[in-house]
Amino acid sequence: MKLHSILTGAALALGLAASGAMAQDKTKVGFIYVGPVGDFGWSYEHNEGRLAVEEAFGDSVETVFQESVPEGADAERVMTQMALSGADLIFSTSFGYMDPTLNVAAKFPDVKFEHATGFKRADNVSTYSARFYEGRAVIGHIAGKMTETNTVGYIASFPIPEVIRGINSAYIHAKKVNPDVEFKVVWVYTWFDPAKEADAANALIEQGADVIMQHTDSTAPMTIAEEKGIVAFGQASDMKNFGPTAQLTAIIDDWAPYYVSRVKAVMDGTWESTDTWDGIEPGMVAFAEMSDKIPADVRAEAEQMIEDIKSGAYHPFSGPLNKQDGSAWLAEGETADDGTLAGMNFYVEGLEGEIPQ
Amino acid sequence: MDLSAINWLTLLASLMVAATPILLAGIGELVVEKSGVLNLGVEGMMITGAICGFAAAYNTQSAFVGFAAAAAGGAALSMIFGLMTQVLMSNQVATGLALTLFGLGFSALLGQSYIGIKGIEVSAVPLGPLADIPVLGPVLFQHDAVVYVAIALVASVWAFLKFTRAGLTLRAVGENHDAAHALGYKVVLIRLAAIGFGGACAGLGGAYLSLVRVPQWTEGMTAGAGWIALALVVFASWRPWRVLIGAYLFGGITVLQLNLQAAGAKIPVEYLSMSPYVITIIVLVVMSSGRGRAALAAPAALGRVFHKSG
Repeated sequence: MKLHSILTGAALALGLAASGAMAQDKTKVGFIYVGPVGDFGWSYEHNEGRLAVEEAFGDSVETVFQESVPEGADAERVMTQMALSGADLIFSTSFGYMDPTLNVAAKFPDVKFEHATGFKRADNVSTYSARFYEGRAVIGHIAGKMTETNTVGYIASFPIPEVIRGINSAYIHAKKVNPDVEFKVVWVYTWFDPAKEADAANALIEQGADVIMQHTDSTAPMTIAEEKGIVAFGQASDMKNFGPTAQLTAIIDDWAPYYVSRVKAVMDGTWESTDTWDGIEPGMVAFAEMSDKIPADVRAEAEQMIEDIKSGAYHPFSGPLNKQDGSAWLAEGETADDGTLAGMNFYVEGLEGEIPQ
Repeated sequence: MDLSAINWLTLLASLMVAATPILLAGIGELVVEKSGVLNLGVEGMMITGAICGFAAAYNTQSAFVGFAAAAAGGAALSMIFGLMTQVLMSNQVATGLALTLFGLGFSALLGQSYIGIKGIEVSAVPLGPLADIPVLGPVLFQHDAVVYVAIALVASVWAFLKFTRAGLTLRAVGENHDAAHALGYKVVLIRLAAIGFGGACAGLGGAYLSLVRVPQWTEGMTAGAGWIALALVVFASWRPWRVLIGAYLFGGITVLQLNLQAAGAKIPVEYLSMSPYVITIIVLVVMSSGRGRAALAAPAALGRVFHKSG
């Protein structure tokens, strides 16, 4: 009895010592999310990326995350806390974390930071984003073909380049296949407020929209589309559960490969501050299964466009294109450069309304 | 701007839906304040009702059970407030604010496993031929039961306060609790009942958000509706029918704001978004200017602590 307990104690002590040694080698990775991981949209996919990191490195990595972190001072506090508790790499996954990330990074030069969708970098701050506009081009094409009322409702979050780019890209390709198409854009000034997003979807549907696109993170617009019997596109994640018949397809953000490669770089000591902007080709932008509601020829066109964007044969912003005020932007055969796209603050010709300042 | 693009009939119909949560919470708070208690925890009780209702409805697949659970949840939370302010005689303003903060956190905890789940469907009440009346049908007679319950509740509260002896007693307690006590009325018990009613109504209002208007559960989904409900009671100068008008006015502005945007109105979005709150402030300023009967309508004992020693 006594011997047994001594042995157990010794085994426990050994085990503790072993796990203590392990903890030294573990790479600690922190994630902060703007919404709950259960939003089944933007934050959900980032969390899937985190789980992929755990899967890939098993015991040699430890991940921590904090969800629903407001953009602003709170984000700074959360990141500081993560850095203080020994994180080696921190992913801040929303545009509004840009300045907080740089502030915290300046205080912790040994900690690496990765900021999603931003444009400010430092020696220990990388930025990464996906070319969502490539996905928007494809769903814009489908929307133009599918709308019967020639009205597409677009629920937009904040007037930042990423969102404006998406509106432009979707509109250009809807217009190309349907010259009569009209986009109604509603700005809700939030990434995540289901009640407001639902009200916005209702307002758009009441005004004749029969296709809904969203650039917000909750599944509420999809739920409303299903309820009203119209069609919609999922955003950031497959939202089929919320709109089994309504969802035509969804743009899926697949962060997993990027997260795994960046964590690997930190482990190998090869991490450098970089600017990554990947699209359909490396798989950062993917699509949910296309619904049967999309006619075969439209589906074939959409798939062809995906292939062409993948191979580089087609750029969603190809001239001739004019700005909303009619001034020339891209000449025939010209494509938009990344700098202009990254700072896009204008509508293309044909879109109604003004971008709120 | 093309205002003809707005379908005014459906706008009116969605106005009734948008107004229902604040109408329910407002009419509950009106009764609480009529009894002389100021409960600032409406937001906390609403959000608790939202998760209780969603969870119960999801697990039983019954909207009725959901709403019943929401009312029970809101009432249970309000009893914490009741115990603190009526028995332990804490400050009502501070306790109410604490109740809101507590409710927001507590609901997030309860809701952990309900995030991202699709809710149940709440169908409209079949009103037969009424629903087919042109113009009036789509606006008034194609809603779910809670919309009508809310309106019936306003009527009942009005009748209760105006015509019944119990209503008179409740008002007496709210005007002068010492006199009511001297007459032999149980001030604390009457107030606890009022607080419980207010909690149940707030819970119903919250559940209407998570079961009908969105319909899904999300942390913090009431997004300030509780505060609007509180302002609504003052706006209505403690009169039930004015709560109804106020709720439709506030709900209407919210919906109209989004509709104007969709119609391409060239008004800056920020002004549209803040318009319900600006109107609330203007109304409060006008009401508190001290002229007219409106300013005199507040229950005289509102927010004052009662102790039997007088």
